[in-house]
Amino acid sequence: MDIITPMLTEPFILKGLLAGLIVALVAGIMGCFVVWRRMAYFGDSLAHSALLGVAFGIALGIDLNLSVIILCSFFALLLVWLQRKKLFATDTLLGILAHAALSVGVVTISILEQRIDLQGYLFGDILTVGDDQIWWLVIGGSFILFTLILNWSSLVLMTIDEDLAQAENVSVSRLQILLMFLMTIMIAISIKIVGILLIASMLIIAPAASRQLSRSPEMMAVIASLIGVVSVVAGIYSSFQFDTPSGPTIVAALAVIFVVSFPLSKIFRKVSPV
Amino acid sequence: MTNLISAENLTIRRDNKKILDNVSLDIEARDFVTILGPNGGGKSMLLKCLMGFFTPDEGTVKRESTLKIGYVPQKFFSEQTMPISAIQFLQLRKKVTPEELKMIATETKIEGLLHKPLNILSGGEVQRILLARSLIGTPEILVLDEPAQNLDISGQLAFYKLLSEIYEERSLSILMVSHDLHMVMATTKKVVCLFHHVCCSGEPQVVTQDPEFITLFGNDMAEMMAVYQHGHNHSHAH
Repeated sequence: MDIITPMLTEPFILKGLLAGLIVALVAGIMGCFVVWRRMAYFGDSLAHSALLGVAFGIALGIDLNLSVIILCSFFALLLVWLQRKKLFATDTLLGILAHAALSVGVVTISILEQRIDLQGYLFGDILTVGDDQIWWLVIGGSFILFTLILNWSSLVLMTIDEDLAQAENVSVSRLQILLMFLMTIMIAISIKIVGILLIASMLIIAPAASRQLSRSPEMMAVIASLIGVVSVVAGIYSSFQFDTPSGPTIVAALAVIFVVSFPLSKIFRKVSPV
Repeated sequence: MTNLISAENLTIRRDNKKILDNVSLDIEARDFVTILGPNGGGKSMLLKCLMGFFTPDEGTVKRESTLKIGYVPQKFFSEQTMPISAIQFLQLRKKVTPEELKMIATETKIEGLLHKPLNILSGGEVQRILLARSLIGTPEILVLDEPAQNLDISGQLAFYKLLSEIYEERSLSILMVSHDLHMVMATTKKVVCLFHHVCCSGEPQVVTQDPEFITLFGNDMAEMMAVYQHGHNHSHAH
């Protein structure tokens, strides 16, 4: 059975593959900050709230990427405000926010339209990736990449120690908000590829695997992107072969690489000890 | 003599409480000032105010815009999830020539640590790396926030010895928050006791006999300091 040829000739598969590669490339680098700054649960909660953004987008008839970015940014700011109030621990707030937003999102979508493909939003469906989505990915993805690269050393220093960064004239609060905004764009553009429920794993598994193999922050980011790219190719290929949803298949491929990274890192250390 | 940093009547309020209450402080060239006081008394806040992290609710901080500050933060934890070596950390956002780096590494005794990952270094080693970073670019003033907090006694001794060597050899000022007054007594020129307001300030010998100092730290501390000073003066007599 030949599966490679249709993968490379069918335009909708090519589009899906291209979309997946862009997401993997950007998520690997963005994800390093998620891992370093312990934003995994934060990112996951924001991604859950994205479904409410999708619902609003459908209701108001505006672009779904845009409505997700707007709603997630609103939730991120709400969260920062609630965190400063210190009424509840952050994980409690995140838990409430994530599941309340997801539930209200599902309820709204059910009321609005009967035939919407909910599973496609939750777990990704690369077959629905259209030209406009590719544009969103190219523009949003490059914006994230260039912003991270331009502010790289300030972001790394701030992640190591915020007071030290501030003493060296890094505007810490501006960068924190910037990072949050980049996260909302990342979520919006990757919904169709990996799905709302799996965006966080796309962000953390590749950097976590890459951590074992890297010796510098930059190296960790580059290897994370490479791992993401390999997983996307393997995941999308398997997703066609076995007719499975794209998001979970890609994440399963990531998980396999994560497990393999442990014995691999031992070999790395033997070849070139620190 | 001109002041490097000059703070006048600083007041900072948080949730209707005065964290700093009408605090004035001048740091001169070649000064060595240690801020002492109970936890939660606004010591770190004062440092951050002097460096310009916060704008005070009342009062003014005057600082040359070109003043080069080297900062050693409080409670530094190396992030386990980030692979970064000591030398990469030192060069992060810093323009440093190989010669300067080599000189500072010798000065702070970190030559052997440069290529090790930051997260495997001991508390004392990390403090020396932070001190080295603060020295890049020849600062006019070093600001240290409880730099020896997480070190054991011998680590504290070694760190303060290193710091006083740097103070002797370089023409810079030092502003430090520290609980370990008995260890910096010999080099500190001026002690400022802070509990929201400046309780007392002046030379260490004078401050430890101040009634306010005794109220704040109790008789035992004052007596311990007196004993230390006696020993110190005594050794000079020989």
